[in-house]
Parts: sequence; C-alpha cells; structure tokens
Amino acid sequence: MAITRRRFLEYSGGLALAFAAGRVLAVDPRNGKPKRTTSGFDPNVFVHVATDGLVTLVCARSEMGQGVRSTIPALLADELGADMARVTIVQGDADKRYGDQKTDGSTSIRNGYEPLRKAGATARTMLVAAAARRWKVSPASCVARDHAVFHGKRSLGFGELAAEAAKLPVPPPEEVKLRPRSEMRHVFKDLPLIDGPAIVAGKATFGADVRLPGMLVAVIARPPVVGGRVSRYDAKRALAIPGVKRVVEIPTPKPPYAFQPWGGVAVLADNTWAALRGRAALEIEWDEGPNAEYDSDRYRITLSESVHAPGSLARNTGDVDAALSKAARVIEAEYHVPHLAHVTMEPPAAIARVEGGKCEVWAPTQYPQEARTQAATTTGLSENDVQVHVTFLGGAFGRKAKSDFVAEAAFLAREAGRPVRIQWAREDDVRHDYYNAVNTQLLTAGLDERGKVVAWRLRTAFPPISSTFKPTNQPSADDLQQGITDRPLAVPNVRAETCRADAHVRIGWLRSVYNIFHAFSVNSFIDEIAHARGEDPRAVQLEILGPDRIVTLAELGVDKLSNYGDSLEKHPIDTGRWRRVIERATEMARWDKRRADGRVLGLAAHRSFLTYVAVVVSVVRNGAGRIAVDEAWLATDAGTVVNLERARAQMEGAVIFGMSHTFHGGATMKRGVTEQSSFADYRLVRIGEAPRRIHVDIATSDGPPGGIGEPGVPPVAPAIANAVFVLTGQRIRELPLTLRLVT
Amino acid sequence: MIKLKVNGAVRELDVDPEMPLLWALRDVLGLTGTKYGCGQAQCGACSVHLDGEVVRSCVTPMRRAAGREVTTIEGLSVDGNHPLQRAWCELAVPQCGFCQAGQIMTAAALLASNPKPSNTDIERSLAGNLCRCGTYLRIRAAVKKAAGIPEE
Repeated sequence: MAITRRRFLEYSGGLALAFAAGRVLAVDPRNGKPKRTTSGFDPNVFVHVATDGLVTLVCARSEMGQGVRSTIPALLADELGADMARVTIVQGDADKRYGDQKTDGSTSIRNGYEPLRKAGATARTMLVAAAARRWKVSPASCVARDHAVFHGKRSLGFGELAAEAAKLPVPPPEEVKLRPRSEMRHVFKDLPLIDGPAIVAGKATFGADVRLPGMLVAVIARPPVVGGRVSRYDAKRALAIPGVKRVVEIPTPKPPYAFQPWGGVAVLADNTWAALRGRAALEIEWDEGPNAEYDSDRYRITLSESVHAPGSLARNTGDVDAALSKAARVIEAEYHVPHLAHVTMEPPAAIARVEGGKCEVWAPTQYPQEARTQAATTTGLSENDVQVHVTFLGGAFGRKAKSDFVAEAAFLAREAGRPVRIQWAREDDVRHDYYNAVNTQLLTAGLDERGKVVAWRLRTAFPPISSTFKPTNQPSADDLQQGITDRPLAVPNVRAETCRADAHVRIGWLRSVYNIFHAFSVNSFIDEIAHARGEDPRAVQLEILGPDRIVTLAELGVDKLSNYGDSLEKHPIDTGRWRRVIERATEMARWDKRRADGRVLGLAAHRSFLTYVAVVVSVVRNGAGRIAVDEAWLATDAGTVVNLERARAQMEGAVIFGMSHTFHGGATMKRGVTEQSSFADYRLVRIGEAPRRIHVDIATSDGPPGGIGEPGVPPVAPAIANAVFVLTGQRIRELPLTLRLVT
Repeated sequence: MIKLKVNGAVRELDVDPEMPLLWALRDVLGLTGTKYGCGQAQCGACSVHLDGEVVRSCVTPMRRAAGREVTTIEGLSVDGNHPLQRAWCELAVPQCGFCQAGQIMTAAALLASNPKPSNTDIERSLAGNLCRCGTYLRIRAAVKKAAGIPEE
C-alpha cells in the first residue's frame, strides 16, 4: 500500500481526542483529563503541525462504514504535502467550529471537498511562506511535498517550520491556491482502509465499548405504542435481582416527538445481563395513547384511497387531464413500499456522565452537534458544558442521526449521579425505530397511437419526515425532489401531486430515503410501459429520459428545486450523464446479448444526492426454487471521487442493502405495535443470498463530487422487480416481493 | 465462582451462572471486541470459540463455559496477524466493522476444520453471520484468500 498505516493506527482504536484551545488534547476516556499536549501550528481546526513534525488531521464526520476516516485525512494530507507515515487522525468532537458535522445526505465529500482542501492548502501556504522567509526567496519558488518545504536542493521539515508558520497571519481563503490534481499524490485512486487493522483485531471502539469507572448499564421498557405512557409500574421484583441498582421512570414525550426519549421505565444495573433481567421483571401497565389503532394493513387501503383522489400540485407541465382523455391507450399502476427499519448491526447505545455541572457523552452518532444539544436540553446544562465524543458507528443508515438514545443516556446519568450506558436491545431497535415512510403511488400514463408517452401523472402519499418534528399530514412539494420533481421526463404533459398521509409512528430517514420508493415506482412503470409496447426496456428508459440536455425548472414544471442543498449551476440535472450510466451498466451486463446468454436481466437508473447510478441485475431460480440475484452490474457517475476503493465498497453494499428490502424488508404495525422484533422476522440478506459477483464501474470525472453513500440503493429494487417480471411474468408492485411470490 | 480460560489465561469470575458468556466477556472482563447484535443467536456478531468450536456467546450461559477454553477476537492472533485478519485487510472487507469480529471467528473455526472450503462450505458456515453493510462478497473472497484458494 502506498500509505503507511502505522501512524494512523495509533489512534484508530481510541476515540477520545479533541481539538480545543488551539492545542491538540488527547483526553483519557476514563477521567476526561488531557493525556498530552503539543505545541505547534494550527491555522484552522482541521490541521495541526507539531514542532516535532507530527501532523494531526481532524476527521469531523462520523465513520459508519463509508470510509470517511480513510478519505478526509488523505484529502487534507495531499493538499498539505504531508507524509501519511507522520500523520495522526483525530476524531472530532461535537464542535460548531468544524462546520456541519451531520454525517448524512451523502454530504461528507460533496460538501467538504473544497473547504477541506482549502484547509490543507492554507496550512501548506503558511509553511511555504515561513520557509521562503527563512531563505529570503519567493514563496512561488518553493514546493511543499513529503512533509517538508523544498527550494532547489534545500529543504526544511514541516516540524522545523511550525513555530515560524504559527506567527504568520492566516491568509484569506481567496488567496489560497489549491494544488492541481496532478500534484495530489494519493487521492482520486484507491486509498488504504485506515481502520481495517483495528477493526479486524476487535480494537475499534464502538458506542457500547466505552467503559467508565462506576458506570451503570441501563435498559428501558418502552411504551409499546409511540405516544403511550406508563400508567403504573411495580419495580419490586426488578430491584430484587442481584446487580440491579435503580429503576427510573423516563418522562413521557409530548408530540412532536423529534429526538425526545420515547419514555418508559429504565432499569439500571451493574451489568447488561442484570439490567435485561431486571427489565423482564418489571410489572408495567401502559396507557397506549392515540396511536394504538394504527394498523399498517388498513393504512395501506387509506393510502390507496388517498392517491385515487387529486392531491396538491407539486409539478405541472402541459395539460395532463386533456392528454389522458385523448390518449390512444392509458396505462395505470399502483405501487406500495412499507415502512423500512434501519436495523444497524450495532443497536443504539450511548454513554453519559453528568458531574460537577458538566456532561460528557460518548456516542455512535451521525449528528454530534445535535447530540450535544439534546444532552444539554435533557440535563438542563448549557451546550458549553456538554462534550460529545464520537465513537465508531456500527452501522447507521440515518438511525444514528436521531439523538433520542443520547438524550436517554444523559437523562439517566443525571438521575443516577453515576455514568450510564444506555443499551438498546435488538427488539427495542426494531420496535421503536424512526421508520422510513410507508408509501403508495399511483402512476398513470397516456400513450398515443404509436405508443409514445404523451401524458404522465403521478400521485404519491407518504407520512413525511417533517411529521416527526411538527404537525403535518402531507408531503410537501420539496419532499418530492427525491425522485419526482427532479426526474427528467421527455413527456409533454406531466403532473405530480402529493396526497394526504397521517403519521402514526416516528418517521425518519433511511439511506436514500424517499428515493427508495420513488425510484421503485418510476423505474417499474417505465418497464411496464416498455413491455406493454413490446419494446426493449432500455430503449424506453432512454426515450422517456429524452435527448442529452441540462434540464431546466421550466421543463420540470416546478418553481424551485432544493437539489440536495446544492445549486443547479454546480450540479445540473444532466440527462447525458444519466444516459451514459445506463449505457455503461447495460454494456457491462451484455444487455443486448442477454437472450443468447440465456440470462434474465432487469434495469433501473436514478439520480439522487447529485449522483447518477444505473443497475442491471441478473435473476435466476436457485436450487431451492427461490428467486435469487446471481450477478449485478452498477455504473455510476458521481463526479470527482476522492477514494475509489470506498466508493466501490459503498456501491457493492448498496446492492445488498437494496436486496434486503426487496426480498425481506418491511415493518408492519398492528394496534400501533410493530409486529417484528428480531432478525427472525425483520430479515436481512444473508451471505448465501448474495450475488456471485457485483461489478461496479465509476465514471472518470473531474466534475464537482456527488454523494456516494446513498445513491447506489434506489435503483436496486426496481432492477430486481423488472428482472423478476421477465423471469416469472409477475409484475411486482409491492415490496418486499417475497410476499407476492410464493415459489 | 466460575473458572475458565479466556484467550489462554485462567480467569475466575463471580457471576450468575446463567449470565451469557457475551456479557461476562464484555462487561466483566472488558473484552469488547465481541459484539452484541441481537441476544438471540440470529446475527453472529457475538461469535467466539469454545474449545475451538464456534458458539454464539449471547446464548451461551457461563455455566456451559465453566472449565473450558474461550477464544475471542482479541485472542485469535498476536497483533492481528491471523491469515484471515490479513486477508480481511488486504481486501478491505470491513465497512462499519461491527459484525466483522464475529465473521472472522466463524471463518477461523471453519478453516481450522476445513482448510480448503468450497463456496458452499463458506456460505453454510457463515449463514448465521449478518452484515447490514453488505460486505458478503468480500468476506467470501477473503476466506478463500486466507485459505490460499484462487478466486475464480
């Protein structure tokens, strides 16, 4: 490997390091006291150069499998000209000085790319200036590389320059020049997996792995229905169990639930086993509250009725009603995707200590600053008195951006007067999730005599995420930018409507969010149109996408598009890039030769998080007669990709992730209670179901970076459904497809 | 008192004999490389060796471990240099990493009894180990690499 791992490893198993007061502080997790301080040069909060030459780089985004700790420091180091053998990585605590730390929306690189390069380049510029001043030469005649500044044959190490550089004024960003890409030595290629050795040795510290002296372990018996409350409880039997120390009632949250604890009764014990036994021994009567009537089967009918009536306009061009009434042929289909649960392998866990007017938290959080806010709110402390350390995240997918579990830990630590680890059991995780929205869509297309699509109407109903934060019962037009209002359609008459959908569980975001069901319906529907016309699904995909162009708001029939928080000038909707990923994926899969190859293929393509992805899958009936994906091809154009290796890994993982909700996934509720509670009934793809091969092609690009973590997921389910139609003649309009396919 | 050997060292623990080995390892001995994923032997994150055989430590009561030898990920090798650990790093298998100790411990027991496993052997052996990140293809490839089986 090009990069030596030694230095990175020093801290990759530890976690509690913080940047503060202009010095690198290594904090001992057992007592919160600094272990070591180093003087040196820190032109910004991301880079520190010690006088002994050690360079410390901060990763302020959370590591949850996407490889951000292998990617961000390499980007900083390449701009700086640092030798990775003399770099140490610090995981940033919650701190607004890092800017946005919320690790979701596939934003770490797409938003961080330029500012992080600027941070590295600023440090380099100042080290070069210090060297040039020492040598009395022009900075332009000096070069920073290999941890030193060179002028001809002379050189000065970064450490030798740190003290002088620290005395120089920090140049304004516009005066700092980024390196040309050719000078970036490690990035834009495969980067080593920095934390791999710690992970395979069992030394990486995840949320529940932090241990503090005197710490109690808490598990909570939560109301079965969201919005329910404890009406009475008896802790006597629980307190009789050896090791159980306290039983504490958690306040009942008031809607909107946001990131408040769910409520219930906590059992605090010396160890997890005692806490779990104590919880089982609690005698509790619940008041189920207003959501106890929620039945997801009945709700499906409600959503279906909702999309069969006109909704609120989200997108409009031409006159859909007139075009539909004149159409030679009308095709209509209704699609349904259930609530999906995150089921991260590591269930939520967090550690808190409240002592002497301060609160310290260790948590596997995607959203450290929000975790800090929640801990402060819960304990009544000021945010300045709350410190949040970020551990490794054992899977996240959006779940760990919600800080309810951090608030639970902080509340209980304050009540107990001792450090507390809150531990969610698997059944807690499956039953009390922030579920991805359940969705029903009705798609109606009008075709002219030649089969060309002249009208396209889409109605969608799903309880939006915003319902978790304020009273609302309908998606906004903005919610539809994930695959509906931003979807290019070379169709003259298009209308999209949002329809009513009340929330009865906590709705949250799960890896790729609304794109999951919007990509499913749109790609399935295009496939249905192709088969209705007896034509090649790829040809119809490309026809409905239309000619290569930059899609305008006027064409989309919308006033504005949030475009994942980025401008349309920087990240336009480019049908050429979309077409090319379709062509690349189908070429890799030998789409045109599929019949000769004896293969059954399905295709889907989608743009999300500013990245284009096309997926082709091959499906077979396996030995057991079940439908299986035996091979998958994924082509993506994500603009500039900093770490090709982790981008490929994310895309491979996205195929498996998408397969889980296609074949197994879905949470259902009866009387307000989630029916699933374990991996036996909330099933995930296992190794024997994984395809034989997954091929990933990443377009070479120097365009602005798009997202990587999420965009691979949305096309997977429709590609499978489209292939299953070819294999079986059954059109899958509902996930998971196992419900409809008894083989 | 329950006496057992953990990663080669004799340990005596004053714990409830019904306490699952997982919690004794994690909460009492501080060996946190073994993970809690479900508590019901459905995910394999807690896999350890008991006298060389893979067990799910979340459903293995301490009384069953008494007098026996337990190996956890921390004790699989010195300095993380077991062929599987090396192959795991070379192929960059882990994503979040949470399930990987269980995957490796299960695969290590497989290779100990079946040094040249087929794809089917690998899949059967690891059928009880979930990975939500979806690293299965690389897991399969890394087991074969560690076993010296060329990729097809």
